[in-house]
Amino acid sequence: MPLHTRHLLGLEGMKREDIQLILDTAVSFREVLERPIKKVPPLQGKTIANLFFENSTRTRLSFELAERRLSADVLGFAASGSSVAKGETLKDTARNIEAMKIDMVVIRHSAAGAPHYLSRVIRSNVINAGDGAHEHPTQGLLDMYTIREKLGRLEGLHVCILGDISHSRVARSNIFGLLTMGAKVSVCGPATMMPRGIENLGVEVYHHLDDVLPRIDVLNVLRIQMERDAGRLFPSIREYHNFYGVTRQRLEKAGRDITVMHPGPINRDVEISADVADGEHSVILQQVLNGVAIRMAVLYLLSSMN
Amino acid sequence: MQLLLKGGRLIDPATGRDEECDLHCVDGRIEKIGRGLSVSAAQVIDLRGKIVAPGFIDMHVHLREPGFEYKETIETGVQAAAAGGFTAVCCMPNTNPAIDDESVVRYIHAKARVAMKGLVDVYPIGAVTKERKGEHLAPLAELAAAGAVAFSDDGDPVHDAEIMRRALEYSAMYGRPIIQHAQDPSLTRGGAMNEGATATTLGLPGWPPVAEEIMIARDIRLAEYTGGSYHVAHLSTAGGAEVVRQAKARGIKVTAEATPHHFTLTEEAVRSFDTNTKMNPPLRTRNDVDAIKQALRDGTIDIIATDHAPHSFDEKEVEFVAAPFGIVGLETAVALAVTELFLKGVLSLGQLVEKFSVNPRRLLGLPAIAVKEGTMANLTIFDPAAQWVVDPEAFRSKSRNTPFRGMTLTGKPIGILNNGETFWN
Repeated sequence: MPLHTRHLLGLEGMKREDIQLILDTAVSFREVLERPIKKVPPLQGKTIANLFFENSTRTRLSFELAERRLSADVLGFAASGSSVAKGETLKDTARNIEAMKIDMVVIRHSAAGAPHYLSRVIRSNVINAGDGAHEHPTQGLLDMYTIREKLGRLEGLHVCILGDISHSRVARSNIFGLLTMGAKVSVCGPATMMPRGIENLGVEVYHHLDDVLPRIDVLNVLRIQMERDAGRLFPSIREYHNFYGVTRQRLEKAGRDITVMHPGPINRDVEISADVADGEHSVILQQVLNGVAIRMAVLYLLSSMN
Repeated sequence: MQLLLKGGRLIDPATGRDEECDLHCVDGRIEKIGRGLSVSAAQVIDLRGKIVAPGFIDMHVHLREPGFEYKETIETGVQAAAAGGFTAVCCMPNTNPAIDDESVVRYIHAKARVAMKGLVDVYPIGAVTKERKGEHLAPLAELAAAGAVAFSDDGDPVHDAEIMRRALEYSAMYGRPIIQHAQDPSLTRGGAMNEGATATTLGLPGWPPVAEEIMIARDIRLAEYTGGSYHVAHLSTAGGAEVVRQAKARGIKVTAEATPHHFTLTEEAVRSFDTNTKMNPPLRTRNDVDAIKQALRDGTIDIIATDHAPHSFDEKEVEFVAAPFGIVGLETAVALAVTELFLKGVLSLGQLVEKFSVNPRRLLGLPAIAVKEGTMANLTIFDPAAQWVVDPEAFRSKSRNTPFRGMTLTGKPIGILNNGETFWN
C-alpha cells in the first residue's frame, strides 16, 4: 500500500492511514538498527540531497544516517543564513543541485513554506526537515512512534506540549499528527508564548504546569531559546524555570506516571531538570534512535512515489 | 475626430443623470447628449448594456518611477491604468529618489504628459518627510505648489506622533490631506501575514490587526486636535473601520479607502504560501472582509483605491517571508468591485462611481467631472455584465504579481476618454 503523497511537507492534513503506514514501516527499520549489520539495500542507486539552510546537528545527522543505512548516495549542503542574503535564490540553489540528477531533497529552512515552494519548482521528492515555525514532520512522527512504543497506543492518550508554542515547529507537527491519530493534545506555557488562535487547532490551553500535569500521560518539553527570548517573551530564565521547569518534585506531586519527551537539544535545569532528563520517566534517547528508523521509513516509502 | 457613443447608460452623480443616452464628442469635447443622435461623419461605438461614467481615479498607485523602472514605469503604469478604466492615478512617493522635492514632481509630470499622449492624468503624492524617513518634514508647501495633491510616507507609517501632528497642521494650510499607512511598526516586526489561527497553523509571523487600529485611533485624535485632513490608506480591519466610523460621527475630517483585495480575499488565501497573497496590510479574516464591505456600504469608507504595487517575477519567486509586500491592482479593480460589491448587493453602480470617481476627486481638491455638453470628455466606460478570466500575461503593467490569476470575474473596462485622447480595450 503506497502513501497518498509524493512529498512529506507537513503532518497537517496528512491521512491517518499514511501516518499509520509510516509508523508501522518504521517498526521493521527499528529492528534493522538492532542488527550487527545495520545496512539494507532499498535505496541503492538513489541520490539524496540534504539542503540545510539553517543550523542543525541532530536532524541532519539523523537523516544522513537513515539515508546511508538505506544504501542511498548522500549529498550534503549547508548554508547559514537565508538564501537571499547569500545572493543565490532558494530556487536556483535547488535547481542547480537537482541538475546533478538528484532523486530526493531533504530541506531545513528558516522560512515557513520553503519546502512547499520547493516542491512546486523541482521534480524530486521533497522532505521537510523543519521550516521556520511551521512544521517538522519527521519529528512529529518520531515523537508519535516513541509514545506508541512506550505506551502501546496513541488513541485516547493525553499529550501536553510545554513551552514556546509560538515559535515551535515541533509543537505544530505534534498537534496535527496526534489529533489525527486520536490523541488529546494540550499546550502549556506563558501567554506570551501562545500563538493567537491556537485553541482553534483543537487543543486545550494551560498557563500553569501544575494544573495540567495531573491530567496527562505524556509531557513533551520544548527547548527554550534563552538568548532570543529572555526579556521579551518571559522576564528571566530563573522565573521560567521556577514556573515551567519540569522537575522530579513536580512530576511526583502530580501523582501520575508521565512519560517525558524533549526534541533536544536540552537546556539542563532550565526547561527540564537533569534528574528528569536522565531519569526513568524520560524517553529522550529513545526518541533519537527512533528518529533514524522513522526517517528510514519516510525515505523508503517516498522513494517509490514518483 | 468625431465620436458617437450610442446607447450606453450614463451614470453621472454630478448632474444626477442615470439614463440611457448617446454622447456626441468632437475632438474630445462633448457636443451633445441626447437620445437617438445621428451624426454621419462620426465613428459610432455601440455601448448598449455598458456604463458610461465620469472618469475613474485610482488615488493609490505605485508607479515605481523614478528608481524602480524594472517593476513599472510611468509609461507602463499609465497603460495599465487606461486598460483598467482609470483616467487618472495618484502615484505614491516611495520612489528613488522619493517624491520629497519639487523636481521629482516635475519629472513625473513631464513623463506623464508624453505617456499615451497624456491620456491619463498623473497626480503625484508628496512625501510627508524627507526621504520618507519619518524625521524631518518634506517641503510640503513647495511640493503642493509644484502639484502634489496629498502627502504620504506610504509603504511606511508616519510613526512619530509629533511629525504627524505637524504634518497635519502644515498641510491643512494648503488644503491637502495626509494619507497614512496606518501601522504601529513596533507591533509588526517580522510580520508576514495577519495574526490569528491561520498564521498559527502556517507558522508564519503574525501581523496583528490592532497595529492598524491603534495608529488610526491616535491619528484621529491628532486630526481632531489640529483640524487637519486625515485619510486612511488601505483600511483592512473591522476595528479600524469602527474607529473611522465613530470619528466621522463626531465630525472629524477623516476619510478612508479600501482596496479590492481587502474586500475580496481572506487570509485563507495565504495557505498556499503563494507570495502573491503577501501584502501590507495583510489579507485579514472573513469578519474583517465583511466589515470592510459594510463600511463601504454605510459610507465609512469613501473611496476604492488599488494600492497597485508592482514587483518583478524574481522578487516574488522566493520564500514567503523573504518576498516583498504588494500586488498589482489597476487591471482587476473594476471587475473586483463589480463582482464583489455590485453583484453581491453591497453597492449600487451609482455608489461605485462615487467611490471610484467623485469622492477621491473631492478629497484631493481636483475639479469635479460633470458629464455635460461643452465640457471635455473625461469618461470611464465599462461593461457590468461581461465575464472574463484573469490572465496576468495579458496585463499592460510591467509586473504580473496578482493573486487573481485564473479567477473568473464579472465587469470589464471597455475604454476611457480624457484630454482629447481615447483608449479602447
